[in-house]
Amino acid sequence: MRIQLAATGEGFKAPSAKDFNLPPFIDGVAFATKPILLAFLSVVLISVFFIAASRKAAIVPSRLQFAGESVYSFVREGLAKDIIGHEFLRFVPYLFTLFTFILVNNWFGIIPLLQFPTMSRVSFPYVLAAITFFVFHYVGIRKQGPVKYIKEIMFMPGVPKAVYILLTPIELATFFIVRPLTLSLRLFANMFAGHLLLLVFFLGGEYLLMGAMGLKIVSPFAFLVGIALTFFEFMIQILQAYIFTLLTALYIAGALADEH
Amino acid sequence: MEGSLNLVGYGLAAIGPAIATGMIFAAYINGVARQPEARSVLQPIAFLGFAVAEALALFGLVLAFVL
Repeated sequence: MRIQLAATGEGFKAPSAKDFNLPPFIDGVAFATKPILLAFLSVVLISVFFIAASRKAAIVPSRLQFAGESVYSFVREGLAKDIIGHEFLRFVPYLFTLFTFILVNNWFGIIPLLQFPTMSRVSFPYVLAAITFFVFHYVGIRKQGPVKYIKEIMFMPGVPKAVYILLTPIELATFFIVRPLTLSLRLFANMFAGHLLLLVFFLGGEYLLMGAMGLKIVSPFAFLVGIALTFFEFMIQILQAYIFTLLTALYIAGALADEH
Repeated sequence: MEGSLNLVGYGLAAIGPAIATGMIFAAYINGVARQPEARSVLQPIAFLGFAVAEALALFGLVLAFVL
């Protein structure tokens, strides 16, 4: 529903969802856009970093090796081992890839000159959530067999029979609709809203700077808040990469467990 | 000034998840303050609860743009 209030603030175009539709940088090639380029760049950066960090592995680690290993052990010990349990080792590559890929792509949102979080285009989180969706269902079906797996989802043991009328639809919706949807939308919405927030403060500050003398004075405050929010975003970006990986690990652990 | 009433509605809808998130982390901080060694056990639980509560805010955000 659109509403029209008395016209104030003419001239300033508030940033909106349209600012995320970047034109392709090669004319006529629809998929050659900045987010795609950033996704490929992130793969290159991550590969180079971890190859360099692990190439000259020594017992007394260099600074680079220490940095690479602490990221790896954070995912391996903190996420995979603690949550999945004794079968964690075969999921570490997936979780580690997921964490670093999301983390670097989120950081692109505040790295100068790049400044566009790849994950604020919803198709990237969709694909990542779809992979997680297939992984945890595949793991569950392989572990328990298709019939038992679906039965465990639909009829949670230890519940009075009458409750199944309510519980079964909710459980089915949770496993097949809500989980992949929220997993992708959480990442997307956080990156989208965060980028929009920074746009509001920096574009707003710029607009104030162009305005009358009174407005010029308040403009630095807009920039200051924008810079503070950039640091806040830095934290949110790490947190979102962590949460995506954490939830993936939890879903895998749930599919592996004999009883939910 | 032009705008959409949906966003006002979304602001109202976000109150619930906001309170929920606050309560979850308050409980988490309480727990860690009382028993610091329980931190690694509580952390995934806290973030799982946070993720579930936040999901409601996300549905609101999506609907604010879609409707």
